[in-house]
Amino acid sequence: MDFSGWRVLREGLRGHTGWAPLWRAATPKKHYDVLIVGGGGHGLATAYYLAKYHGLTNIAVLEKNWVGGGNVGRNTTIIRSNYLLDGNQPFYELSLRLWEGIEQELNFNAMVSQRGVLNLFHSDAQRDAFRRRGNAMRMHGTDAEWLNAKAVRQMAPFLNYDNARFPIHGGLLQRRGGTVRHDAVAWGYARAASALGVDIIERCEVQGFDVTNGQVQAVETSRGRIEADRIGVAVAGYSSEVMRHANVRLPIESHVLQAFVTEGLKPLIPGVITYGAGHFYISQSDKGGLVFGGDLDGYNSYASRGNLPVVEDVCEGGMSIMPMLGRARLLRSWGGVVDMSMDGSPIIDRTQVGGLYFNGGWCYGGFKATPASGWVFAHLLARESSHPTASAYRFDRFAAGAMIDEKGQGSTPNLH
Amino acid sequence: MRIPHPILGLRDQSEFVYLGDACLLERPDGMQADALQKMTEYAYQRDNCRGLHRELWFHEQGDRAWLVVTRNTVTHEIVKVEFANEVASHD
Ligand SMILES: Cc1cc2nc3c(=O)[nH]c(=O)nc-3n(C[C@H](O)[C@H](O)[C@H](O)COP(=O)(O)OP(=O)(O)OC[C@H]3O[C@@H](n4cnc5c(N)ncnc54)[C@H](O)[C@@H]3O)c2cc1C
Repeated sequence: MDFSGWRVLREGLRGHTGWAPLWRAATPKKHYDVLIVGGGGHGLATAYYLAKYHGLTNIAVLEKNWVGGGNVGRNTTIIRSNYLLDGNQPFYELSLRLWEGIEQELNFNAMVSQRGVLNLFHSDAQRDAFRRRGNAMRMHGTDAEWLNAKAVRQMAPFLNYDNARFPIHGGLLQRRGGTVRHDAVAWGYARAASALGVDIIERCEVQGFDVTNGQVQAVETSRGRIEADRIGVAVAGYSSEVMRHANVRLPIESHVLQAFVTEGLKPLIPGVITYGAGHFYISQSDKGGLVFGGDLDGYNSYASRGNLPVVEDVCEGGMSIMPMLGRARLLRSWGGVVDMSMDGSPIIDRTQVGGLYFNGGWCYGGFKATPASGWVFAHLLARESSHPTASAYRFDRFAAGAMIDEKGQGSTPNLH
Repeated sequence: MRIPHPILGLRDQSEFVYLGDACLLERPDGMQADALQKMTEYAYQRDNCRGLHRELWFHEQGDRAWLVVTRNTVTHEIVKVEFANEVASHD
């Protein structure tokens, strides 16, 4: 089933009776060439790229709940590639380039909107750090613009410029950054993968691995045993829980991150704005809701809901930078369990178990990485070697002291 | 979430700072032959369990004691709170 303007028109005239489900509801086969555990954005993208570019089609994605119920459907939809470090920048730039072509690639409207991501700065030191980051981005061929206070005021006149403690001195702008409709990413990849023959198996929880002579043979699931030659795990906040079944201990803690949305308002915020002096960022969805968030709750958590101190903290941050936010009514808030790694950067690597591969440690920022993560994980699973842009995302970087720590926080996952 | 402090009673979570898994109390001996491996595990690897978790909290806005809190990471139910220095001296 192809999507086009013509098709929408035709269905509109026929009472929308011609649409079919986006993907087949598959039942597990006995054996697959590649199994992907986790039907979030990363797992689905991996399966799609494996089928499309690596000639493998005997693939299944196992999802314990339903497609889109994890962090891929809970995030605040921001995409950007404004990283500083060599290990990160080319990878996130690859992702942004893949986002730019995703709708044609998948024939699905993911509502990619490059409305710009603006990071505000409030002190001389912060300005220097942002300039350095902007320069690093440009040296990697990524767009970055430095805005002075006047230019920021033109773009976002509603911000609090006169705050004596945290005046806005300017901002680092990445115009190619923006937002993407998160659910559509999961659905689009699932649909496109399914069309290439990938089995998407929902309500199928992986509960164990069969490892014989150091080689993974099969998974035990809530729907029985499924054999596979290679298994890729991409379960985000549940990484430690799933990998424990294969005796793989990870440099990861699970934490809860909250997000908030207000009632729908008329167009107000031009892009994504982040507050440099408090933990707060905001954008406006196409439906008009102001979507915002801030810090992690800060302690290990597998509860997909947060606590009140962070609600207060985020709202204080919002009021401090954008006082008119106080007039908007909050519609909903929710949380998601995120896989915080020890240096704040992801891991895409083989494990000590033969045939078992891991993709995780995405922290609060893995949505923007979805296409590139799938791209490089598919490469790793198909060719058994790291993709060049992800060659730094290895397990051994911790022992080697080669951390990719954008924030310079050290091994404190809750502070990244 | 409120943490039942052994002396001060129920205190709001926001008075505390979180550090992480209480395994941090068991620092390996840096002079042993396998120190690199042990230190790497100590610094970077965590069990990160779903369910009961022993973890370190610092009562920064209170008596500045380090506590070992045993908490359920799914329900946030707290089943045990001890002073970290007492836990450490028992080992
Ligand atoms: C509130 C919030 C805001 C965020 N905002 C942003 C943002 O603005 N920009 C950004 O880039 N990132 C953001 N993120 C992070 C981003 O959402 C995640 O890093 C990313 O979605 C993780 O990858 P995923 O989509 O594959 O994860 P998920 O969608 O969580 O997929 C993992 C899947 O694995 C499944 N699973 C778990 N255990 C098992 C098992 N045993 N067997 C089978 N399946 C299993 C889960 O059910 C889940 O569906 C945010 C996260 C949160 C929570």
